[in-house]
Amino acid sequence: MNIKNNYDEKTHFYGRLWMIAALLLILAVPLSISIRLDSWPTLGEFLKAYLPILSLFGPIALIEITTYGPMLGNAGTYLGFVTGNLVNLKVPVSMNAINNAKVKAGSEEADVISTIAIGTASITTIFILFIGVISFSQIMPILNSEALAPAFANLLPALFGGIGVVFISKNYKMAVIPVIFALLVFIIYPAVPVGILIPVEAIISLASARYLRKKNLI
Amino acid sequence: MSLISLKNNWLFYMGCIVGLFVIMQSSFFIIRSFKQGEALGMDKSLLKRTVFQSFIFAIVPSLAILLTIVTLSKSLGLNLPWIRLSVIGAITYEVPAASSAASVYGYGIGEAINDPVAFSNIAWVMTAGSIVPLILIPLFFKRYQSKLVYFRENHKEESELYSNALFLGMISSFLGYAISGSESNGIIYGSIISILTLVTSAIVMICCGLLINKKKIKWLENFAVPFSMIIAMIMSVVFFRYLPEVISTWQFPGLF
Repeated sequence: MNIKNNYDEKTHFYGRLWMIAALLLILAVPLSISIRLDSWPTLGEFLKAYLPILSLFGPIALIEITTYGPMLGNAGTYLGFVTGNLVNLKVPVSMNAINNAKVKAGSEEADVISTIAIGTASITTIFILFIGVISFSQIMPILNSEALAPAFANLLPALFGGIGVVFISKNYKMAVIPVIFALLVFIIYPAVPVGILIPVEAIISLASARYLRKKNLI
Repeated sequence: MSLISLKNNWLFYMGCIVGLFVIMQSSFFIIRSFKQGEALGMDKSLLKRTVFQSFIFAIVPSLAILLTIVTLSKSLGLNLPWIRLSVIGAITYEVPAASSAASVYGYGIGEAINDPVAFSNIAWVMTAGSIVPLILIPLFFKRYQSKLVYFRENHKEESELYSNALFLGMISSFLGYAISGSESNGIIYGSIISILTLVTSAIVMICCGLLINKKKIKWLENFAVPFSMIIAMIMSVVFFRYLPEVISTWQFPGLF
């Protein structure tokens, strides 16, 4: 217990430090652009573009923290939210690693595994993006080709089909209600943004698990 | 020479600094996790295997992120989208943010932006919206997490159950999402394509599972998810190529 508490306390301490450093670095980018180009948008021009974005993505950010935080674990959250690309990479890589390691979801061991997975994925992405940027003219015609376009357009179904089978096969009773609900939502309104559905599904899945548990069905 | 090509060399160096920061932060937490794993009595080979599996897993999604840079590079050059997608960024946010900022000046995201004020505003809007988590997490995540930890320590069994429920909620969202199909660069990839892709991925994963469990091909554990993903993506190309257009572009109409 003392080792864990100390580790958690220090994780929050270091996580906050790194996050504040990231915040300053990220803000330095548009600041350097404005200084270098000697071009400053007016407050009105900035707010006109920013307020619609904030009104949509501000609440989404809060929902993502409360939804993904428990999935990613302590350090995984501090790391994952700085490096981004949560839904399409960080959360799936964390889920996959926890499953492969055969550790209990939500445990201290899962926290360790999740952090290693997210850190590794972040470094991998940085290198791939770097290689892609410096060899842009060679790589982009291939990646951007019409022939490959369907593949990248269907990345998420390709990713979650496989992961879904693994998780659903282990928890098929729990999966029934959330899967049926998701199918109904998309059948009724296919254009629903998946980012908005995820926290709703999280609540439904939690409620369904609680109900099944109370009925001793799982 | 345009703004985005001439004046971006210094932005390239900013991008390198950002990349180095991410590598340093990730390495710091990976090393801490290894130490904590050993303190918890976890097998070091398991932790190393996690590194390898995660590296393999991340390759294809990282290439998809690279494509987002392509989408934005037409208007913003390479370096700013590269920086944005390296930290916090996601296509679901960066493209709307850039579009919103560009539209203030009458530009669209498909055209090169040489107006320095517009370019500057785009950078500010893309950044300012995405930093919300970096403000909220240091402020309240510890308190939130401590409640979760309390629950985990006092309700161990339920904790695992609810953690799995959260994952299932997310997975269910994407299983349903396959119904809607997708659109990219003006081309529609219909519901049938995404459903077939999802099913293909599931079938490949089942086959990998059988090979791992029945034939004891243990090394396949590291590659099962990437294999299922890549094979399904390849098959999506085949489906789109060979299915009649009326089927390949059909999207579920829904009731609304």
